[in-house]
Amino acid sequence: MKILVAVKRVVDYNIKVRIKTDGSDVDIEGVKMGINPFDENAIEEALRLKESGLATEVLVVAIGNSANQDVLRHALAMGADRAILLEAAIAIQPLATAKLLKAMVLREQPDLIILGKQAIDDDTGHLGQMLAALLDYPQGAFASVLQIEGNECLVTREVDGGTETIALILPAVVTADLRLNNPRFVKLPNLMMARKKTIETINDSEFSINTEPRLNLLKVSEPPARKAGIKVGSVEELLSKLRAHEGILL
Amino acid sequence: MTILILAEILTDHDDQKLSPSVLQAVAAAQFWNSPIHLLIAGNNTAAMAQKAASISGVERVIHTNSDQFSHPTAEGVANLIISISHDYKVILASHSSFSRNALPRVAALLDVEMISDVLEIKANNTYVRSIYAGNVLTTIQSTDTLQVLTIHASSFTGQSLEGDAEIVSTTSPAAFGKTRWLSEVRSQSDRPALSAAKVVVSGGRSMASAENFQQLLSPLADKLGAALGATRAAVDAGFAPNDIQVGQTGIVVAPELYIAVGVSGAVQHIYGMKDSRIVVAINQDPDAPIFQVADYGLVADLFEAIPALTAAL
Repeated sequence: MKILVAVKRVVDYNIKVRIKTDGSDVDIEGVKMGINPFDENAIEEALRLKESGLATEVLVVAIGNSANQDVLRHALAMGADRAILLEAAIAIQPLATAKLLKAMVLREQPDLIILGKQAIDDDTGHLGQMLAALLDYPQGAFASVLQIEGNECLVTREVDGGTETIALILPAVVTADLRLNNPRFVKLPNLMMARKKTIETINDSEFSINTEPRLNLLKVSEPPARKAGIKVGSVEELLSKLRAHEGILL
Repeated sequence: MTILILAEILTDHDDQKLSPSVLQAVAAAQFWNSPIHLLIAGNNTAAMAQKAASISGVERVIHTNSDQFSHPTAEGVANLIISISHDYKVILASHSSFSRNALPRVAALLDVEMISDVLEIKANNTYVRSIYAGNVLTTIQSTDTLQVLTIHASSFTGQSLEGDAEIVSTTSPAAFGKTRWLSEVRSQSDRPALSAAKVVVSGGRSMASAENFQQLLSPLADKLGAALGATRAAVDAGFAPNDIQVGQTGIVVAPELYIAVGVSGAVQHIYGMKDSRIVVAINQDPDAPIFQVADYGLVADLFEAIPALTAAL
């Protein structure tokens, strides 16, 4: 079984992004970047399937400029077998990303595609479902457990109010939730070795897919801040303040 | 132009009902001043269709009665929507794990870039939504002729129930054969559903154990008729089940009263509760970020304050 994992390079999750003074976009110039956390879960799950003998190859794909080589090297250092950088000039939105990944899937013919359930920059969470739709594949979004049984992939999904388990006939698309696993730490020697591995580069023009954005960013702004209230000195004071509010019955 | 709203069915024990957030979805759809159709993809949906017909502003309720929708899959729901989507200009739903599973599939099949968790709808296919875990608001304009979106329910006021829509039953396309539903685990609780509760009591990492979480917060929640919530830190530490996680990767709540107990206030958690009307924070650390969003902050040892609060109610 061959597994394809797509990874995205995003602003490090510890960083609070700033807005450009003209409000045209967020300012990520010089900000620390890294691999999208959910994508690390996706890689980890693929590696575990390989280590348990169920998968034979783990291929990682990133889309974007050459800076994306660092997240691919991170994936290689974790243990991925092969990495492909699909070079694209403009910031590509989820639908176009799904179209490019579909082209990669048709080229590489993986049996299972694992993605992170959402990217922590745009927070859309569309890509896996869109890719599954374009391929007419079954989808297991927000996976917290993944098992392979014969020609099926059993996925336990995190849904509002509980979990749901479904069986998908392979090939299928699964998106990883954080609870799917704990991604391994990358050891320095592995990172050094990953630097020597070749990353295959393909230009997106090869697929002649229209990747023009469908959504135009008009402006970005700060959300209205919730104001800090007051500190109360005791449980009694807290209750008397709350009881003074209309509509709160205590 | 016509608008299609995808309703979500909630199953409580053996009881099926429409998610109350459908009222916010209908309210959001009023923006376009166009006829609104409401789709119920389920099995034995007649009673729910009757209820839905009373939502003000809905012109037509379309419902299915098909085995394949006893446990709807994204694939089945998407194919159903595609089969009836000829003249819709907007397809929308309230943002939930159900809609964010199914609607991106619909959008891709219709060659549309989807817009998720919309906070505000503006003229000319322009929307406000948040990125970076709610830290930044973006205003974006769609160039697609058809719009597929989910709305952030707590940003819209629910529609009233004075309507009288026509009810139409529709046949479903053949089931998508490559996905099979196996089982589900629903959190069993006599408390109100977290996403709809008027009062929410949430515990964080400072609860220190699953026993404390239950022994301290359950009696308080019972007295308040509240739902229990938890931070991701508390869930990851095994203090609380993951289906009550409030935040960016969990459930977004907007109750009348939100009581955060031993919650530090990570941005991801605040994203999930900042629309609450009144926020109370009880934490020993006076510098905890949660106090910056709390209407009332009590700096106290939660192991003393919570039993005292429960006793005083």
